[in-house]
Amino acid sequence: MTTILGVPLVALFGQLLLGLINGAFYALLSLGLAVIFGLLRIINFAHGAQYMLGAFGALLFLQYLNIDYWVALALVPLTVGAIGILIERFLLRRIAHLDHLYGLLLTFGLAMIIEGSFVNFFGVSGANYPIPAALQGGFKLDFMFLPTYRAWVLVAGLGMCLFTWFMIEKTRLGAYLRAGTEKPQLMQAFGVNMPLLTTLTYGFGVALAGFAGVLAAPIYSVSPGMGSNLLIVVFAVVVIGGMGSIMGAILTGLAMGVIEGLTKVFWPESASTVIFFVMVLVLLVRPNGLFGKEA
Amino acid sequence: MNAKTLDLNLTEQRQVRQRRRVGYLYLALIAIGLVAPWVAYPVFLMKLLCFGLFACSFNLLLGYTGLLSFGHAAFLAMGGYCTGYLMSEHSGIGPELAILAGTLAAAAVGAVFGAIAIRRQGIYFAMITLALSQMLYFLFLKSPFTGGEDGLHGISRGKLLGVIDLSDNLAMYYFVLAITVAGFALVLRVVHSPFGQILKAIRENEPRATSLGYDVNRYKWLAFVISSAIAGLAGSTKAIVFQLATLTDAHWHMSGEVVLMTLLGGVGTLLGPFVGAGIVVSLQHVLSQSPLGAWGGPILGLIFVICVLSFRAGVVGWLKLLVTRNFR
Amino acid sequence: MSATQSLRASRLAKAIAIGLFAGLAATSAQANVSDNEVRIGYLDDLSGPYSDLAGPGGYEAIRMAVEDFDNKVGDKKIVLFQADHKNNADLGANTAREWIDRRGVDLIAGLNASPVAIAVSRLVEEKNRFAIVSTAAAASLTNEYCTPNHIHYVYDTYSVSNGAAKAIVANGGKTWYLLSADYAFGHAMEEQVSKAVAENGGQVLGKARHPFPTSDFSSYVLQAQASGAQIVGLASAGSDLVNAISTAQQFGLMDAGQTMASLMVFITDIKSIGLETAQGTQFVSGWYWDMNDDSRAWAKRYHERTGNMPTMVQAGMYSSTTQYLKAVEATGSDDPKAVREHMIKTPINDMFAKDGRVREDGRMVHDMYLMQVKAPGDSTSEWDLFETKSVIPGDEAFLPLSESKCKLVNN
Repeated sequence: MTTILGVPLVALFGQLLLGLINGAFYALLSLGLAVIFGLLRIINFAHGAQYMLGAFGALLFLQYLNIDYWVALALVPLTVGAIGILIERFLLRRIAHLDHLYGLLLTFGLAMIIEGSFVNFFGVSGANYPIPAALQGGFKLDFMFLPTYRAWVLVAGLGMCLFTWFMIEKTRLGAYLRAGTEKPQLMQAFGVNMPLLTTLTYGFGVALAGFAGVLAAPIYSVSPGMGSNLLIVVFAVVVIGGMGSIMGAILTGLAMGVIEGLTKVFWPESASTVIFFVMVLVLLVRPNGLFGKEA
Repeated sequence: MNAKTLDLNLTEQRQVRQRRRVGYLYLALIAIGLVAPWVAYPVFLMKLLCFGLFACSFNLLLGYTGLLSFGHAAFLAMGGYCTGYLMSEHSGIGPELAILAGTLAAAAVGAVFGAIAIRRQGIYFAMITLALSQMLYFLFLKSPFTGGEDGLHGISRGKLLGVIDLSDNLAMYYFVLAITVAGFALVLRVVHSPFGQILKAIRENEPRATSLGYDVNRYKWLAFVISSAIAGLAGSTKAIVFQLATLTDAHWHMSGEVVLMTLLGGVGTLLGPFVGAGIVVSLQHVLSQSPLGAWGGPILGLIFVICVLSFRAGVVGWLKLLVTRNFR
Repeated sequence: MSATQSLRASRLAKAIAIGLFAGLAATSAQANVSDNEVRIGYLDDLSGPYSDLAGPGGYEAIRMAVEDFDNKVGDKKIVLFQADHKNNADLGANTAREWIDRRGVDLIAGLNASPVAIAVSRLVEEKNRFAIVSTAAAASLTNEYCTPNHIHYVYDTYSVSNGAAKAIVANGGKTWYLLSADYAFGHAMEEQVSKAVAENGGQVLGKARHPFPTSDFSSYVLQAQASGAQIVGLASAGSDLVNAISTAQQFGLMDAGQTMASLMVFITDIKSIGLETAQGTQFVSGWYWDMNDDSRAWAKRYHERTGNMPTMVQAGMYSSTTQYLKAVEATGSDDPKAVREHMIKTPINDMFAKDGRVREDGRMVHDMYLMQVKAPGDSTSEWDLFETKSVIPGDEAFLPLSESKCKLVNN
């Protein structure tokens, strides 16, 4: 058997693939954060809670309305995005003229409210979401058994990332958005409805989190704390990437997933720390992150 | 004497009067502090003081330097673990030395974190401190000397200077009160010193401070180290009071809580952090023993949101405003 | 009044007070109960990941015990407090400290999560109060962390892992992969199982520790799969356990012939995983509602109050509280040393245990049971989930005193 540093190549491939799947979640979430940060300049601390809302949304839709996975995949992000729009319109906008740190604090408080309430309504342990019938089973690859659903996560996650990238970099709406990021007053003067654009942008970023939540529901158990644990790692990913570009957020997310996967093979104990080590290294060499612009 | 100097004299007199008033206020507070354990449960009061000091250290950064650190729990925990470890493994060392060691350890961590983080501002600074403290959290989780998930238990309170037995709650309380007053005095000194003035200048307008020839980064770094040392002092004291040190202190929830305490009490006011810590700690205490216990998180979150939306001055800031409006 | 006069007056007052007090004490010499009330504090995870297995249900069980005593021991009222420690040693120890300092709580019961239980047991030793640990699992509680002020009632890591490992190896599960939660209780189980597997002629091929809590088990499951071990031993609890099992199912571990062995299982876990997924799983338990008439009768009462069947922990809380109150009644005192001594002397025969006894290290020794999860077809009712495969006699189930590091045991 071929080995690298004493680890069978087969095991390595398996962990790499799993890392890539986890990376897809990192990418989706850091992408949402980057989109929001670009225009609103705030770090959305409620992102983890909104991701959790996505997963719970899928679960509740199934339990109470009998809405299946495929419909939920479209409906839940819209619902969660709508909640985001309400949050922007009635809360964030009121403090938009202040230091952007207040935005971080406000969303932090929101996250506490949402997560705490869910703990009270649904308990901490959460529940399991069944894997949709079409995606059960798996492929027997040379190096591992890959459950179909995990493969689907990779495809859907990357697809959504690329779609977002395309929307922002290649469409007219995206051009407005990019211009608004640079010079909001000027855009307003040109007759673009900036408040509306801001609201929609926040809604879209939140919807991305909701989408990631629906994707996650069948593989991670749906629990109120599922988002906040992930969010801290995603923050580190964001610091590494530097919030400069959409593609940067996607690539950093995937790369960090892979690095984490590799660590699980070579040095499992440090798997949860490695991203933070990478972060410090990057900060020492490039204080603005890998893709960041001078701030 | 012309009108202008007379005016100056009046302002000076008013300042002197005001300073005297503040002095009386502090004396009154210390007097309350001395009497309090006869009325309220000393351990609860000690918790209040420790968190007050912790929030005070945080406020030195946010209120007086304009830096939002979202990883302040790291220093609280560092102080606690270091002191706890020394007290349980080397019982010969007294609580005073153990607390000193904890404070220095936290300052050392602060020096490293500060050196990495101060190069960035605003949101980035917050994120970097958060991520750094999270890294430290994992290190604490893995290192043998912290007891991992179990934490350190049964830390002995020891004898102060080898004489006063701190296992008595009252003796412990007065020791904690002395530490808190000392820590607060240090913050007061820093804020009112020329150094503190420069920090405020940096907060108000960093480019201008730079153009005046100040090495802004060095000042910020120094403020960061002082702040982390005081946070470490609070953590060390807390570890001795409760005789344990656990990962709770290192978790990012704690970093968020201290922001809430400061914001609620009043950012950039000297007493605000104590008031805020008092409210938050009492609230948690009352909630944890009531049927609403499980709603503690959401209620704190709601207070957070309300504070940010429409109570940004905090309790003390608001009181100050009230006093200025009505008694001047 | 001059200074000497007032001094004299105060001496007189003191003398009178002492006399009165002595008189009072003489009338109630029989019942030497502090504050004239027996105060019990239930401290457990009421809202967190373990709230299903103990939580509010545990409080209900203790209340049942108190109500069976008509809310009083002799003429002393029984007062019950409860608080949520959120699995946080900090919060748990502070609550316990305040209960003892300010409310004069005599017994602290429940105590989930080993860190909290260890912290509280040290506190009750320092303050000379009593604690009965029912929920936490760490065997160290009656080993290196034993105190003369607490007992450990229901089960521990040694009894569940040792018994399960022995039984499974004996049934042909020779090669193991161990996946454990990365904290005290996980480490303890990992050590126990490794030892028991090796002693019985099996082999541990690999092990991994996962952080608590973990949502993504895929990487660990993959490693377990790659090891090729017959048995994948899980030393995790609550939501982690549920997560690990369902991930293993997705990656086809069971289909490929590997067996999952959960070392610590509660009836609520199986209820949540479902028989379909969990069927055939073997584990060791200290109690099951469908064991005998006594257990069935009590479980029925509990079910009427809560709508759930009790876990072994909840049953243990009822039993231990009852035994405690009986000891207070018998000794006429809530002094921890006297109560503990009486509990050590008195064998336990109730709905929880037959011929159970408390050892000098604080371990309550009783029979343990090797259980197997039923197949969906064999289950006749909602809560008919397990069948008993064999009984592990108490003397074999727990760590023998000869191996104990407890300071109360002369070795």
